[in-house]
Amino acid sequence: MDEQPQSPEASPYPDGQPGLRAAWALHRPSAWPRDGGPLRRQQQGRFVGGVAAGISARTGIGVNIIRTAFVLSSLAGGFGVAVYVLAWLFVPAVREEGNIASRAQSDRRGIALAAAASSLLAVLLLIASLLNIGWLGSLSWPPVIALAGLVLIWRNASQEEQAVMRRLAEPIVGGPLGSPGSGSGRRSRFRLRLIIALLLLIVGLAILISQQINRMLLWPLTGVLAIIAAIVLLLGPWWLRIARDSLAERQARIRAEERAEMASRVHDSVLQTLALIQRRAHDPNQVVSLARAQERELRSWLFDGRAPGSLDGLATTLAGGVRLIQQEVEAQHGIVVEAISVGDCALDDDLAAVLAAAREATVNAAKWSGAGTVSLFAEVEPAAVSVFVRDRGRGFDPAAVPEDRKGLAESVRARMERRGGSVTVRSTPGAGTEVVLTMPRTASHREPSPAT
Amino acid sequence: MSDPRPTVFIVDDHGLFRSGVRSELGDLVDVVGEADDVQPAIIGIARSEPDVVLLDVHLPGGGGQDVVSVLTKSHPQVRFLALSASDAPEDVIAVIRSGARGYVTKTISGAELVDAIRRVAAGDAVFSPRLAGFVLDAFASAQPEQRVRPAFDSELDQLTPRERDVLRLIARGYTYKEIARELFISVKTVESHVSSVLRKLQLSTRHQLTRWAAERRLN
Repeated sequence: MDEQPQSPEASPYPDGQPGLRAAWALHRPSAWPRDGGPLRRQQQGRFVGGVAAGISARTGIGVNIIRTAFVLSSLAGGFGVAVYVLAWLFVPAVREEGNIASRAQSDRRGIALAAAASSLLAVLLLIASLLNIGWLGSLSWPPVIALAGLVLIWRNASQEEQAVMRRLAEPIVGGPLGSPGSGSGRRSRFRLRLIIALLLLIVGLAILISQQINRMLLWPLTGVLAIIAAIVLLLGPWWLRIARDSLAERQARIRAEERAEMASRVHDSVLQTLALIQRRAHDPNQVVSLARAQERELRSWLFDGRAPGSLDGLATTLAGGVRLIQQEVEAQHGIVVEAISVGDCALDDDLAAVLAAAREATVNAAKWSGAGTVSLFAEVEPAAVSVFVRDRGRGFDPAAVPEDRKGLAESVRARMERRGGSVTVRSTPGAGTEVVLTMPRTASHREPSPAT
Repeated sequence: MSDPRPTVFIVDDHGLFRSGVRSELGDLVDVVGEADDVQPAIIGIARSEPDVVLLDVHLPGGGGQDVVSVLTKSHPQVRFLALSASDAPEDVIAVIRSGARGYVTKTISGAELVDAIRRVAAGDAVFSPRLAGFVLDAFASAQPEQRVRPAFDSELDQLTPRERDVLRLIARGYTYKEIARELFISVKTVESHVSSVLRKLQLSTRHQLTRWAAERRLN
């Protein structure tokens, strides 16, 4: 492989500091003509250190070809890796002063660490060659150099480059490098994977060593790897496009669902408040306070992302949400809500929908039934969550509700059915109303059940 | 029990509340005394021997259950009805387990309170919606463990499906009459279900109930 720039005038970075160029020339005696811009590691479009991207920008050769060249040359004893690491170490990044090597000079501990690690690896390789594992012998220097270089880069690279390294190292090293978002489940699964991989590696090496395998067999292996790499390169973009298309389709569906959800939320908050304002038009103070409350709610929805009536971010469990409904309806409508919950579980989207529907039903009872007390009972059972909203008010004939009164129809029923739940309304004129909301529990929210 | 006007003793540390209850009850019951703490309550109740004691769950000198547990031994004919604003479920369950015949919240209307007092005086149990919820919660949370070892005094340790149905309807705000109509049983049967739940609550030695209370306290 050839790292030399071939067409200097193509460089987009005409000027570099002379000191840097001198440093580069020192390590690469066959440097390019002076009038061309120096080779710089690219920050954009990089995959690891930006070396391939930098070469590509400098020479005009496709970045993927350069990457493939690196990978293929790495297959032969790690030569490509060593060259890559050296380039990473000595080529400064775009818009960065000095290369990593110049910074590493003052990092004594880093140098010591690199020397220790590489000498350890060298000893291991030496032992291996003494044990007559011939294929390690002559090609043993690239991994040693690569390891030492990586240690120095790790300690001296800029912060964002360290972040890139951490991201790359994460699937290999996992938890210890510390990604804050990784849960213990993911970590333990990763450990399992790591152990299995190590076992396979040891078994494979043991077989290779014990059989005194001849070098001839390694070549087919390299060939297979090269073919796999070629297939990935050829078909990779196509796979990506398919994945992207299915993603777009799913997003469109999600958007449609969100629109329906938003319509019912607007109904719950804005339209409800407007109705309240009309009913209390004789009391300017109340109208103002209602309008203020609505304004606050809308603002928090628009700017803080908290949906009105959804109780998101306020309650994390079902029982907490039931209590919130009680407080809210008691405060807004001046009636008593007798709220009782049995069992509890963490809220998810399904249960948030149940709560929103329960709130709507409770508000309806407070506004229209004329009863002084509304009973709100929620029960969490292993198979389902049920909420009962009952009043002893005037009741109504469910068959006689006109189509344009969306309250119960859209907000409660559609909201529940969209998520696989069901609604039953029992009402007798003169004797009161009971709304029963039932939502089956899926496996996802069956686990966290603090009540048990 | 044949006395149409049951005698009542009120134990609550708020004087305002005591006089409020007194005036609300009016002539329908005979208030024979009141107390504001554990010790005066024990002395006063032992002397006046009322039919029903209205008992606050929280008192300055201890919990309402201290009063109940001391007096149920010496005066088994005195019945206790716990009455409070809003309490931790474990405290309410503790009062019931020490011997109270029921629990109602202070938001209860005067007529309903008189009705509850009459029922307790007649030996029935009085479950408010909230108590029904607490009891369902307490028994439900111990359910899986009971399936593992059903031989251990299991009859006392779990509710029958019917008892569960009755408690659920109470929690949903149904009256005994409405429950009877809903389940196609008589009001008497509803009462016997509720009394049986109370008996289980008081007699069950299950550590699940205590464990449940301990867990609730942690939350």
